[in-house]
Amino acid sequence: MSLARDLAAIVGEKHVREARAERVTYSMDGLPTHRRVPDLVVLPGSREELIAAVRLLAALGVPFVPRGAGTGLSGGALADQGSVLLVLTRLNRILQIDQANRRAVVEPGVVNARLGAAAKPHGLQYAPDPSSQSACTIGGNVAENAGGPHCLKYGVTANHILALEVLLADGSLVELGSAGGEPWGPDLVGVFVGSEGNFGIATKITVRLTPAPRAIRTLLADFSSIRAAGEAVSAIIASGIVPAALEMMDQSCIRAVEDSVYAAGYPRDAAAVLLVELDGRNEGAVTAETATVTEILRKSAARSVRSAATEAERERLWQGRKKAFGAMGRLSRDLVVQDAVVPRSALPQVLDTICAIAKHYGLVVSNVFHAGDGNLHPNISFDATDPVLKKKVEAASAEIMQTCIDAGGTITGEHGVGIDKLRYMPLIFDAESLGAMQAVRRVFDPHELVNPGKVVPVHACREWSSMGNAEFGMRNRQAGFNSAFHIPHSAFVAGR
Amino acid sequence: MTILDKVTALLGEGAVLEAAPDRVPRVAPGSPDAVALLLGTAHQEGWRVRIEGAGTWLQSDAPADLALTTRRLDRIPAIEPPDLTATAEAGIGLDQLRQQLADRGAWLAIDPPGLAGRTLGSIVSTATAGPLRHGFGPIKDHLLGVTFVTGDGRMVQSGGRVMKNVAGYDLTRLQAGGFGAFGVIVLVHLRLRALPRADVTYLLEGAREDLTQVGEDIAAAGLTPAALELVSPALARRERWVLGVRLAGSPALVAADEAGLGAASGGGRFTSLRAEEAHAFWMRLSEGFAVRPVTFRIGGVPTASDELLDLLQHQLGDEWISASPASGAIRWTGDAGIDRLQRLRRTLAGMEVPLTLERAPWAVRQAVGHFGAYREGVGPLVTGLRRTFDPGGALVVATEGS
Repeated sequence: MSLARDLAAIVGEKHVREARAERVTYSMDGLPTHRRVPDLVVLPGSREELIAAVRLLAALGVPFVPRGAGTGLSGGALADQGSVLLVLTRLNRILQIDQANRRAVVEPGVVNARLGAAAKPHGLQYAPDPSSQSACTIGGNVAENAGGPHCLKYGVTANHILALEVLLADGSLVELGSAGGEPWGPDLVGVFVGSEGNFGIATKITVRLTPAPRAIRTLLADFSSIRAAGEAVSAIIASGIVPAALEMMDQSCIRAVEDSVYAAGYPRDAAAVLLVELDGRNEGAVTAETATVTEILRKSAARSVRSAATEAERERLWQGRKKAFGAMGRLSRDLVVQDAVVPRSALPQVLDTICAIAKHYGLVVSNVFHAGDGNLHPNISFDATDPVLKKKVEAASAEIMQTCIDAGGTITGEHGVGIDKLRYMPLIFDAESLGAMQAVRRVFDPHELVNPGKVVPVHACREWSSMGNAEFGMRNRQAGFNSAFHIPHSAFVAGR
Repeated sequence: MTILDKVTALLGEGAVLEAAPDRVPRVAPGSPDAVALLLGTAHQEGWRVRIEGAGTWLQSDAPADLALTTRRLDRIPAIEPPDLTATAEAGIGLDQLRQQLADRGAWLAIDPPGLAGRTLGSIVSTATAGPLRHGFGPIKDHLLGVTFVTGDGRMVQSGGRVMKNVAGYDLTRLQAGGFGAFGVIVLVHLRLRALPRADVTYLLEGAREDLTQVGEDIAAAGLTPAALELVSPALARRERWVLGVRLAGSPALVAADEAGLGAASGGGRFTSLRAEEAHAFWMRLSEGFAVRPVTFRIGGVPTASDELLDLLQHQLGDEWISASPASGAIRWTGDAGIDRLQRLRRTLAGMEVPLTLERAPWAVRQAVGHFGAYREGVGPLVTGLRRTFDPGGALVVATEGS
């Protein structure tokens, strides 16, 4: 009996992908620089099917990788040979929207924008809004602790998750957190969010919804230098006003957007534009704050400040920003997306250095980023089939990352470590701290079955004698284990 | 050679303070490295160590071989107003930190219960948020990273100094509210806000039910208070219950909310407090939770607030209580025995509402535990984490209770 056949008995034959042509579809995420073809792809259609599949894999000791929509940008949801990819997009039910308590309960495969749309009639919103929100899933957002432009005011995913039902690597279920947000014991919800699938699979997610703003103003300011735009960002933050979003794009990015179907009317000759959004529940307050911010932008040498006059114009301005990564596809066939964070005050200097690095290597680097958070996305356009160019891109990426670290920053603000940034982890964490992370991982997953090989570079860890989870694999044994499932691991590849 | 002799040889005479009232030797390491050295030695020697800050919050009464106080870790290595970040050692008093931040135009938007000199490490490790949680979230939302020392003397960094960071697992959130069970926090990286240009407080007195309704009306009206706190008469030192509304932010935002407050008051009249009166009101509220023997918090959903307040009144009395009806968080303080606390926790568990014991005499902490029993399957995870970060069991923390 093969593993594929046993999994098909749980999820149905058409939801197990065995043929190579089908599996290749899942060999990448949103980052084109890493490629892994999983041995098997399984798409459970319900929580019960997912639990049964995980219990089977745990019993056989087969590693598995949870995956949402595959929009990640760190190679975090790629499965190596020998691993089963569990695609959770069919677990897509919104189980509850509790308007009075401003909460929703969802399955992990619910698409971010769909939750937003479902909350809207209740006067509520789900605030984290990654650029991929029209496709990415809440489960993926939880795993990556996803951000987005509006996280400047409203916070990242971690600030919006109240409770989780988690399927551990041994197939047992635990409930973390509470509907009110107060943890039962230590804050294991906080520990789980952003663990990149290494601590288990969130099967039920309780999110905090926030009142939707009643007034929104969107400003577009353009500058003749990146430095001036960076200084405007600092001036706005120093004023005490917290915009809902504060985004920057440089000239290369502006032109890529303007040349694409997502053209937003950004001035092509600007060295940089700032997209500033102010929102709130009170029209008068938002109007007054908008006037203050406009004044600050003008004093910070903005060439012009334009306010979106209609909702359609606002959407157009945002579409340019949110589809900027896609627009860069016009520049070359491949794109490396970086995700460093620096202190806001270091933005002008770091951006200058990134320009110099690009020039040194003769590369096209476009910057589109969350300026209010100091979360940079320098994107390098290149042709990955050219090995010389590929080496240059790798060297330039490493230099950019080192520049951000030297400025007091970090290697990822919202995309996660995955496999892409493993090599940078020792640059910001010492061996002891990396060892501590690995030890925590072993408490949740002693045999490192879930999403192996991600986040922590094991070779760089100091040894920790993690005590693991004393009851691992001993609970829930009675439910779901059928003797017919106890098959040798060698059966994994049979029947392909 | 006594423990004290060994500690003196290790850290120098300056690190040894006068013994605690229960005669447990009290040691104040002067640097994070000294904390690591002390705990490493404690682990090897099998000493049991209790963690203390300024001694103003949790009672200093846990049985131990020595008390490690963070009070000499009181430096503020960095305040960066343009970035709105700061780095402070765990033993700094919140009053000192606040003052230094204010001098630089920055604000840490927390107002935890306790006396003014309560240490930052105590606030973070117990995750005790005050009324500002309504507008600015729980303590963990103000943290960018921490450095902590494990029970066997290892120094671990988590997070960083920038506004967003998803590099590695979030051990900062394990420490925030971990009550020291997973190590001793020595350094904290903080997320700040610009000092609000406008900061006003309004009070409304009345019957509890009426004020709860006003609170709901304020939320429904789209007002965005920094704090919206329902306070019992004894705690507020007033005749009746008080709804305290704090508006803080840009002058435009505060002016707009002030205008909307009257319409939402249900016919009652809010009293505007002068700056010093407002300061005194919120200070009194904070300090009120540090004087009675037992303080705990519970966290339900907002629509359960009334029911939970009734339950507390019925089981323990409602003399000293403060609630944030819009977030469902309630804090109670008073005198309550082990049986009553355990019974209350059981009742609340049936309602899916956790009770976290914040402070109590050791006998109560030991029996009731800060957290009590965990949900099914969570206990082994917590035990695994404790053993990972304190393999010898050096740190004396009553997490589960007996």
